[in-house]
Amino acid sequence: MNELLMGYLPLVVFIGVALAIGAGLMVAPFLLAVNNPDPEKVSAYECGFNAFDDARMKFDVRFYLVSLLFIIFDLEIAFLFPWAVAFKEIGAFGFWSMMVFLGVLTIGFIYEWRKGALEWD
Amino acid sequence: MALTAVFFYLFATLAVASAAMVIVAKNPVHAVLFLILVFFNAAGLFVLLNAEFLAMLLVIVYVGAVAVLFLFVVMMLDVDFAELRAGFIKNAPIGVIVGGVVLAELIALFVARGAGPVTTAVKGSPVPSGVSNTEALGLIIYTKYVFFFQAAGLILLVAMIGAIVLTLQHRKAVRRQSIPVQVARTPANAMAVVKVAPGETGMPAEPKGQG
Repeated sequence: MNELLMGYLPLVVFIGVALAIGAGLMVAPFLLAVNNPDPEKVSAYECGFNAFDDARMKFDVRFYLVSLLFIIFDLEIAFLFPWAVAFKEIGAFGFWSMMVFLGVLTIGFIYEWRKGALEWD
Repeated sequence: MALTAVFFYLFATLAVASAAMVIVAKNPVHAVLFLILVFFNAAGLFVLLNAEFLAMLLVIVYVGAVAVLFLFVVMMLDVDFAELRAGFIKNAPIGVIVGGVVLAELIALFVARGAGPVTTAVKGSPVPSGVSNTEALGLIIYTKYVFFFQAAGLILLVAMIGAIVLTLQHRKAVRRQSIPVQVARTPANAMAVVKVAPGETGMPAEPKGQG
């Protein structure tokens, strides 16, 4: 088990370095930069006129569709990794079971393409 | 192992604490960010169990994709924070009832079955003997559990079609570029030579002055 944890030591070092750089970049402006706030300076600036409304606006539902389709193919790829690792041991049956799986999802992919879900408008 | 125990308690405590923050955070966006922290800690727990493939999958799929979906949903709701806070007390009893039922079911399940022989047998099997976790999964998913595997494929297909059916709406007035049509255009079908008598425009339908 200690061996496993030692194997993840580089990852811990990377996370530590990333945290240090990120925190440093966030803290440094507070210490170094000139901070001289003014109500007009900190107010929202919208190209010369007062801001119309809140910055939080409704997202278009099409973003959701794109990311949902992404997740499905993401999972499909995730299933490919153990298959590729155990490819020699699982034989022809394992190969064809993956081909059927990919075929089923290819049907979905064709449907998606024909419906125009991959186009923005 | 002391070191393993230290990391287990670190991940477990952080996971439970951020799960609590998911519930109590007033801002839904913050709740989703705490949910991402829960996923990360669960991935750490999987690593401690030697289930490294599941850990990486959790990070890729849940943190990379599902959390983004949750953020989209939160942003699509057009969240009015003041209104949300007003509804909290009103909806609290329903939430407590639903949570209580689920908790009671889990406790009943644990009392009835406990950590039976199957559970203890399964617990030790992320790495059977000398193979990595990913390979151990690969050896059984595609052959022994082929029906579950194919069912997963069908569920993904249903999800894909359902998402398209529910959310896809093409705008009618949009003029789309069709590259095959453009490429297939030839002088023969794009141009016409018109005999024009002197004094006529040759384009009867078009208003004058726009030639």
